[in-house]
Amino acid sequence: MANYSSNQFKNGMKVMIDGDPCSMVDVEFVKPGKGQAFTRVRLRNLLTGRIWERTFKSNESVESADVMDTEMEYLYNDGEMWHFMDPKTFEQVAADKNAVGEAAKWLKEQDKVVVTLWNNNPISVTPPNFVELEVVETDPGLKGDTAQGGSKPATLSTGAVVRVPLFIERGDLLRIDTRIGEYVSRAN
Amino acid sequence: MQDAPWRPNAPLPNLRARARIVAQIRRFFAERNVLEVETPVLSHCAVSDPFIDSLEVEFGFHPGRVDERLYLQSSPEYAMKRLLAAGSGDIYQLAKVFRNGEAGRRHNPEFTLLEWYRLGFDDRQLMAEVEALLRTVMPGVTVRYLSYAQLFESELGLDPHRASLEQLRAACREWVDAPFADDDRATWLNLLMSHRLEPQLRGAVFVHSYPASMAALARRREDEQGRPVAARFELFVDGVELANGYHELTDAAEQARRLDADQRQRAALGLPQRPLERRLVSALRAGLPDCAGVALGVDRLVMLALGGEGLDQVISFLHPRA
Repeated sequence: MANYSSNQFKNGMKVMIDGDPCSMVDVEFVKPGKGQAFTRVRLRNLLTGRIWERTFKSNESVESADVMDTEMEYLYNDGEMWHFMDPKTFEQVAADKNAVGEAAKWLKEQDKVVVTLWNNNPISVTPPNFVELEVVETDPGLKGDTAQGGSKPATLSTGAVVRVPLFIERGDLLRIDTRIGEYVSRAN
Repeated sequence: MQDAPWRPNAPLPNLRARARIVAQIRRFFAERNVLEVETPVLSHCAVSDPFIDSLEVEFGFHPGRVDERLYLQSSPEYAMKRLLAAGSGDIYQLAKVFRNGEAGRRHNPEFTLLEWYRLGFDDRQLMAEVEALLRTVMPGVTVRYLSYAQLFESELGLDPHRASLEQLRAACREWVDAPFADDDRATWLNLLMSHRLEPQLRGAVFVHSYPASMAALARRREDEQGRPVAARFELFVDGVELANGYHELTDAAEQARRLDADQRQRAALGLPQRPLERRLVSALRAGLPDCAGVALGVDRLVMLALGGEGLDQVISFLHPRA
């Protein structure tokens, strides 16, 4: 794989650090008026999610990581592995619980998601910002109560539990913001 | 067809504020009878500092020919000292300077340095004058003075003058993930400064009395604890390095030794060796008057005065848009 020199570092670059694929979140040029230059990089470990800062000398180089974000369709899960398909090539990949992470709460069959592949292996899954999921369980609301205020828990078809207004009923289709895991509105 | 990005990146009100600040600077020096000078941006010689890379320019007497290689100045210091040795008296310059490869939120390869020299001043007197200029542009700023040793001792419990290389490296690695090797004390001291100490320096802070090893061309003296310190100071405002000043060493032989030592270090680091400015040595031999000098980043000064965080707000066209 190619090497990048620290003066080529850019936000978003994917590199290998201590054996793990990492993404550069922020790159800063550091140089005192008298003295050598450094490049200070905020990194996110794409396997563990850990974020930290490392400082490089100006001529150090790092190995690039074969990391690609691909749009894929969610097929199903068998409890251990979650299966996705590339709609263009029909190739399938299987991601484990670790790779799927929080996204498991929001996956609905045939939804398009972004799967991050490292050496063609899925290491993380990012759901779309908004998903539409059906309420499978919630206490009955007060009929005609469309006023603000007051909320109750509702279980969605994926098993995720979100807080919803009192007027939401079983069977309602909800729009959920997956970035904050919250109810936005009814979808139908 | 899409239009090319022709607009300035700095907002026009900021450019107006910048002009007012530059006018204030000129008034400040006019009041003190300091002469404004202009020295060449283009020189046959390059700075010797191994950590500053000069931009190279091809000069030809006919289009397409290359008859000479010249360098864009990274600081007006060499030429201004030649003027001082020629009897100019107190001088200042608002100089455009160039440093290859230096780009970031607070670095532009082309930037403006305010550099001035005062005969008969030592570093302490010059610091007081820098403070006066700062208060003109940023009234109400709080100003503190700290020695390099006080800063390291109070924040890190470390004596920057006497700590061993290993102690400095270990202390630095407590705060900075920098797994590379380096045998230069200055590397670890500078990393501690930039990563750990500078961000905590709120308001204006003058750091003075640097380790002698970090200011080869400043006069030397001993501090209250008998440690050899350099008559060098730096000004930080809200954690941003703004100015660097010295009570200048005037010894021609020492200057010549420094030029040669820098050239050897360049060779050792695999860096280009460019023509050294020997005319500076000749000027010093003729006699540089006792003086103190300081360089201050004008773009950063304007940025700080306007409460901004980046040079893109105060430079009309940054490097990518130039």
